[in-house]
Amino acid sequence: MAEFFQQVVAGLASGAIFAALALALVLIHRATGVINFAQGEMAMFTTYIAWTLIENHGLNMWLAFAVTLVFAFGLGVGLQRTVIRPIERASILTTVIVTIGLVLIFNGLAGLIWSAEVRAFPSPFPNDTWVIGGVAISQQDVGTFLVVLALVAILWAFFQFTKIGLALRASALNPDASRLVGVRVGWMLAIGWGLAAVLGAVAGILTAPTVFLDPNMMQAVLIYAFAAAVLGGIDSPFGAVAGGLMLGVGLNLIGTYVDFVGASLRLPVALLVILVVLLVKPAGLFGKTVTRRV
Amino acid sequence: MKRSELIRAGVFLLAAAAVFLLPRFISDFRAQEFAYVGIYFIALLGLNVLTGFTGQISLGHGAFMAIGGYTTAILISDQGLKLGGHTFSSDMKDIWTIPLAGLVAGIAGFLFGFPALRLTGLYLALATFAIAVAMPGLIKYDRFETFTGGGGGINLFESEGRTRPTETTDPITFETISEPIKILGLEIPSFNEWLYYLCWTVALVMFAVAWALLRGRTGRSLRAIRDSELAAASSGVNLATYKTLAFGISAFYAGVAGSLLAIATTFVNPDTYPITLSIFLLVGVVVGGLGSLWPLVFGAIFIQFLPLWAQEVSKAQGAPAVVYGVILILVMLAMPGGVAGLLRRLQVLTSRGYHRGR
Repeated sequence: MAEFFQQVVAGLASGAIFAALALALVLIHRATGVINFAQGEMAMFTTYIAWTLIENHGLNMWLAFAVTLVFAFGLGVGLQRTVIRPIERASILTTVIVTIGLVLIFNGLAGLIWSAEVRAFPSPFPNDTWVIGGVAISQQDVGTFLVVLALVAILWAFFQFTKIGLALRASALNPDASRLVGVRVGWMLAIGWGLAAVLGAVAGILTAPTVFLDPNMMQAVLIYAFAAAVLGGIDSPFGAVAGGLMLGVGLNLIGTYVDFVGASLRLPVALLVILVVLLVKPAGLFGKTVTRRV
Repeated sequence: MKRSELIRAGVFLLAAAAVFLLPRFISDFRAQEFAYVGIYFIALLGLNVLTGFTGQISLGHGAFMAIGGYTTAILISDQGLKLGGHTFSSDMKDIWTIPLAGLVAGIAGFLFGFPALRLTGLYLALATFAIAVAMPGLIKYDRFETFTGGGGGINLFESEGRTRPTETTDPITFETISEPIKILGLEIPSFNEWLYYLCWTVALVMFAVAWALLRGRTGRSLRAIRDSELAAASSGVNLATYKTLAFGISAFYAGVAGSLLAIATTFVNPDTYPITLSIFLLVGVVVGGLGSLWPLVFGAIFIQFLPLWAQEVSKAQGAPAVVYGVILILVMLAMPGGVAGLLRRLQVLTSRGYHRGR
């Protein structure tokens, strides 16, 4: 039984990371109807920024993280204004291809600037474990989980209680009406991209200590985040978080107790989740079914 | 036959003749590079049937190429595959595995077409992307290892000296004599040249088939689905039939291309068909022109030669990817029709084309 709880706790930690990236995807999809395939690579790129600030410029770890988050926000806003805005009204195919272009650019840039060498990334949390009733809980896992939880709470408060948050929600819900009452919808969408990039950066910084830093580090995480977002409903922020945690725990338990699923079958399982959810309940567990008038 | 069709057939024959004469003027190494262009051309034709003509996004065509490549690899190298008690061994003639590879991939694509029926736009892009990312893991899976060779892959021509010159040592002078390769009774001077002819013969046949298929009723139905599913369905186009058909055909092309790629590299492992391959195929289709056929050659040339050019500019890792990405976005923003769109615009600009209304 101890092993079961251990796996659940570890699953919650990795699930929290999926949730953070899934939330970033949902944030952008709700506002603009775009799925940003470059979300993972942007996260990887900003994590490299944090790494280089710590290793090459000798910055204090927490200061480096803060600078990274600011940089990520700027990156997200900048990308939306330069690359995404011109294709606002283009077909889905166009937007998918453009974000795939961003995937290539960020992946290539990371290799170009920092080389594809695998690097160690400092963890913000101690490497010890607490033992509670025979269950060993890694402090790293607890830290990861709490950081994401706090982040979600802050975001929720931001959307619920601030004026910008209200404007963001309004422009996602009804851009034309928002424009009429004086909301600058274009900038709100840019801020949405910025917030998503910040979420991604946090996911990247939390992922890097365990899987090590390399240009392809976020590709698998992005697929899990897709699966999480689809599972929870691609338009539901709550669903993204719940989906992420469920997927994290589920994958860990399957990996432990279903013996034919080894490490190499984790991604195919995530793929199966995506397919089954899309086929059985396309709106996801927590999404609303949208009926479209023609 | 109308006059315009006669002209088209003539141009096709001229192009075919040019393709077959090309190896006379280029080095052996270039012949190999152009063989790869042929392989990518086939894959791009397939992807364009699905994405350009039917409007269904696939970010996972590398996975179908992998299925084709592995089919060929397993059949050529004796992996002890038993079907109904009969063991396929290295007696299988190499090139006859190519249509089989296409068939296996085509069936896989056709089957994937069924769940894909309920996925549109972004969701389909997502699902196909996940397939491409998951594929290497599936190949490496240890239960399949006896079959797929796991992470180590399969060496295609390990068992015998087929498609490589057989070397014998002269008993008197002790010099190595290499016998020329004989394929279908023809003596071909080198493996690369043989590869070139193989790839381009297949490519030209596949091109003609795609053209014939898309010019009539099928092509019209597919384009109708792309432009508006609802309008297509209400005009009597059976969405399920045509969409799964498009998936099947598209995957068949990818399988054939994957099979040729396996033969060309004489080796397959999970990294032969990475996720980047799927993405580069999409880049190739966009550069050539969505919904075009022969301009895809430019897309194929682009995929094959851009990394080499980029390496000349900068030796650093990742340079090609950055250039790919920038070009992809610029093409999408500035000339969404790709090379095909550019050519059409040029044609309109010349007065004759303008008066003909095209």
